[in-house]
Amino acid sequence: MNLPVTSFLLYLDGVSVAFDGFRAINSLALTILPGEMRAIIGPNGAGKTTMMDIITGKTKPDTGDVLFNGSVDLTRLDEAAIANLGIGRKFQKPTVFDMHSVEDNLRLALKADRRVFTTLFWKDNESEREKINRILATIRLEHLREASAANLSHGQKQWLEIGMLLAQDPKLLLVDEPVAGMTDAETEATAHLLKEIAKDHSVIVVEHDMAFVRELGVKVTVLHEGSVLAEGPLDTVSADPRVIEVYLGR
Amino acid sequence: MRIIRLPLTALRRLASCLFLGLFLLNGVQMQGAQAGPLEDAAALFAKDSFTDTARAIELLADSGAAHAGPAIEALNDRRLFVAADQTVYFRDATGAFIALISGAKLPAEPTGGTGVRVNNRIRSSINTALGTLTLQAPDPAKRRAAAEAVFKSRSPDSETALQAAIRNEKIAAIRDIQQTALAAIIATSPNRSDIDRLAAIEVLKERGDREALTPLNQIPDSAGANVKDAAKAAAQTITNRLATWSAVQNAWYGVSLGSVLLLAAIGLAITFGVMGIINMAHGEMVMIGAYATFIIQEIIRQNAPGLFEYSLAIAIPAAFLIAGTIGIAMERLVIRHLYGRPLETLLATWGISLILMQATRTLFGPTNREVGAPAFMSGSFRIGLIDITYGRVWIVGFALVVFFAVLALLRFTPLGLQMRAVTQNRRMAASMGIRTARVDALTFGLGSGIAGLAGVALSQIDNVSPNLGQSYIIDSFMVVVFGGVGNLWGTLVAALSLGIANKFLEPFAGAVLGKIALLVFIILFIQKRPRGLFALKGRAVEQ
Amino acid sequence: MITQAILARLDLRGRLFLGAILAALILVPVLNLVVPSGSPLHVPTWLVSLLGKYLCYAILALALDLVWGYCGILSLGHGAFFALGGYAMGMYLMRQIGTRGVYGHPVLPDFMVFLNWKELPWFWYGFDMFPFALLMVFLAPGILAFVFGWFAFRSRVTGVYLSIITQALTYALMLAFFRNDMGFGGNNGLTDFKDIAGFPVQAQGTRVALFALTLIALAGCYILARAIVTSKAGKVLVAIRDAESRTRFLGFRVERYKLFVFTLSAMMAGLAGALYVPQVGIINPSEFAPGNSIEVVIWVAVGGRGTLVGAAIGAVLVNFAKTTFTTGALAPYWLFALGALFVLTTLYMPKGVIGTYAEWREKRREKASLAAHAASKPAE
Repeated sequence: MNLPVTSFLLYLDGVSVAFDGFRAINSLALTILPGEMRAIIGPNGAGKTTMMDIITGKTKPDTGDVLFNGSVDLTRLDEAAIANLGIGRKFQKPTVFDMHSVEDNLRLALKADRRVFTTLFWKDNESEREKINRILATIRLEHLREASAANLSHGQKQWLEIGMLLAQDPKLLLVDEPVAGMTDAETEATAHLLKEIAKDHSVIVVEHDMAFVRELGVKVTVLHEGSVLAEGPLDTVSADPRVIEVYLGR
Repeated sequence: MRIIRLPLTALRRLASCLFLGLFLLNGVQMQGAQAGPLEDAAALFAKDSFTDTARAIELLADSGAAHAGPAIEALNDRRLFVAADQTVYFRDATGAFIALISGAKLPAEPTGGTGVRVNNRIRSSINTALGTLTLQAPDPAKRRAAAEAVFKSRSPDSETALQAAIRNEKIAAIRDIQQTALAAIIATSPNRSDIDRLAAIEVLKERGDREALTPLNQIPDSAGANVKDAAKAAAQTITNRLATWSAVQNAWYGVSLGSVLLLAAIGLAITFGVMGIINMAHGEMVMIGAYATFIIQEIIRQNAPGLFEYSLAIAIPAAFLIAGTIGIAMERLVIRHLYGRPLETLLATWGISLILMQATRTLFGPTNREVGAPAFMSGSFRIGLIDITYGRVWIVGFALVVFFAVLALLRFTPLGLQMRAVTQNRRMAASMGIRTARVDALTFGLGSGIAGLAGVALSQIDNVSPNLGQSYIIDSFMVVVFGGVGNLWGTLVAALSLGIANKFLEPFAGAVLGKIALLVFIILFIQKRPRGLFALKGRAVEQ
Repeated sequence: MITQAILARLDLRGRLFLGAILAALILVPVLNLVVPSGSPLHVPTWLVSLLGKYLCYAILALALDLVWGYCGILSLGHGAFFALGGYAMGMYLMRQIGTRGVYGHPVLPDFMVFLNWKELPWFWYGFDMFPFALLMVFLAPGILAFVFGWFAFRSRVTGVYLSIITQALTYALMLAFFRNDMGFGGNNGLTDFKDIAGFPVQAQGTRVALFALTLIALAGCYILARAIVTSKAGKVLVAIRDAESRTRFLGFRVERYKLFVFTLSAMMAGLAGALYVPQVGIINPSEFAPGNSIEVVIWVAVGGRGTLVGAAIGAVLVNFAKTTFTTGALAPYWLFALGALFVLTTLYMPKGVIGTYAEWREKRREKASLAAHAASKPAE
């Protein structure tokens, strides 16, 4: 492996991407330290999801550097390779495997050899089952272990997806709107869970819900028109007149 | 306009003066003969000596009489007789007896008729005379064919006849052919002066087609080096010209094939490209359009034969409506229930295509049906060295008209606006008061109707059989996929480029291998650019 | 040990299926060979071969169900893999004819002599040896599927696009095999077979043996497919079918899974084709016709996509119906029936016979448990 260029876990600089002339991301710069948790906010169309797409390899940037772990160039890798490097992603709309049981969803996500022939000859084992049990406890879905994921409620699916992220045990978690459509109590519990996770993982959370962001109490980056508008503690950025104008003021 | 028209009329007048002059000159010459060539010929035949017979044949051939040809043929078959009273007569192909001098039918065979003898020398004179006669036949088409025949045979025997024909020919185009034929004889026969040969080579080079190459490659060894060089250079010029024209021809064939593909694919570009419905019965819509044309022509043939010229004009709206209606019925009854399940749609529409094919087979039989071409679509014209049929020109024109009409319809009409609105954001469109279900049905009907139009055009160039659609469905999908889904311009470019590529590949690879090569190319191409030549990009695509 | 391992992977449906295969494996040969031909229980040899043909189709349907039912790859080109396997077997059978051909050439098959060919094309070498031919039965479709899939899956051609290019693939192959100079007998294909592995193809014993082999192959393919879909890899395949991009973000190399299952399925289809050819006695380019491949899809859809057993049953059912229809007075209406089958299955029975039955039973069980629940309530 190459020598680290930076000490950041994730390093984005000068990243731009355009779709048919529309610049979704415009010389974006963003850095995440190992173990850091970061909240990203911004109005619709600010480029939050596209940024996640770039980090996870779904979209290739036209220009710019995206480095992981100080030296790995993410722009040259595909989704699977990036996932295996240790970047996990939770989607805005919860996407779990409807036809599989909750347990199987977690089993698929569990950090393991992902090659065809190992999965073909895979055997049920104790250590895996223990890990799954632990995650099931964390996401409070133990009673639904055998249930088909399709039958879960919206909030339960969100949690299952977070559970799948945990099972992946990534170095960096990208979480897109984890509390959309949740009740206040669920939101609070989710914030608690994320803070728990952030203890030994780096996390990027994209969220609209200000109360939730405040609850997290972490550094906030405001995106606007594909680049960073402001960065800092929530109170500081929410006092920034530019931020008020483009986002909070509306 | 004026400036051009004036010299043209002047030229035309000049030309007619010249023709009139030539005609008069000929007339004077013919009347100048004393007793008339027919009387002289009859007298000479009556002598029945080989020398006199040969002379008589020449006179007969030059006489210009309508029965000269039959008379000489009769001599060849020993059906020319001299009666006891020296009347010369012959038995024609129908068995009637004709007097040589008057050309009138005789009431009965004259008594004491003996056949005029022929030998090999006479036979060769007969052949030459017959050649001369056809070279100067009253029917221009026959004269043209005779001149072409001489050009191909390059027989020196025809030279005199050819020269006579050139003198008498009044149509410039036929005279050109005669002159090149003469040039071909001069260029290839021995014992000619190099000056004559050079002039002949020049004439051949002027003609410049594949046939002109043969005499140029057969210059006799006796010719001078400069003649041989000139012939070689002329041949080279012609070869280059041929190559250019063959490229032009391939391009035209390609455009023609491309326009057929375009016609078949435009409807698909709407149903598959715009609506995202994969309609495997699209080919059958084309087939239905072709059968609609057949039905219209049958009705016209039985009830109003005079309208046949307009049959296609009537078939166009009819095919559009029939195919469109079937399309709408399909959408309402089946496809509507399968939105969002493209693979199921594929299977269901395949089932419908089987049903439609079998229904056609049951109604019209499994064999090909004859669809006629109106007069304005038959025939051809020549540009340079290639023949272009009017039918193909009409189809290319028709394809482009349909293409631009669809483009305009999508862009400028309320229906087009609603279609685009529904395909871009169904729920938003519905909340704006657009009746999305109706728009879906109409859009699908439009796509199917256009397939019907394609059927009208295809009925002119392909066999109208229940399997007609099957041969186009894969090609049309390839065009739409290659061009990029949801992009009509992409469809146009894809159809034309696939058509042209196909025709340029054919000479090297043969028709089948060419097609395979193209399929493989598209398969590879889709791998490289899964969304076609003109793909939409961005987040919206995958959602 | 092995039987136990196999049985552990099977549900009730699978055990019934294997039981039925075992029963047929014993019954049909007995009813054909032992029961005298006068008896009403006698199974005539032509029927044995016909059943054998259905079973080949069942293997083909099973192969398609593996990729379509479990991985969401709707291949409209599986007929091509079937035909390639068939051609590999056909080439072996052609070489076995030897001097018994019409022209009596010791090496060249009749059609090559007829075309005035002087020597065997290189790709015919080795086909006189049964093991080599058997290898090619798997390799020819396998390699084609691997190469095609490698390109297609890597560049993420999915859904109907993939369906269309698989259809174009089989169409292109059909055009190619129709050509005489391809060296596969052109229009007429390969036929007039004499021997297979030393036994005369037409003989009763050979035919019964081929039937039995086909049954064993079907059972083997079923057990293999079942093992795959119940393994963790099988769960990954279903995950790919339902949420391909999500699976990718979990770190699975979707294209490799697809490539694996597509290639394996193509080999199964090739095996089906190889068993088919000696039983029907001919292989020709019309086996590549796109229509054939789509018909396979409807077998799977009728039986029940994603159920394996359903695919095999669907293949037998639809083909039994086809034989009944096309040999009787109803022959002209077969395409109507087939077309209607396509439309009605997709509209009203998307889960197929097996799937619909399973759903119905599930519902009834739920209703019963509800009723039991309700009945127990007043007692409280």
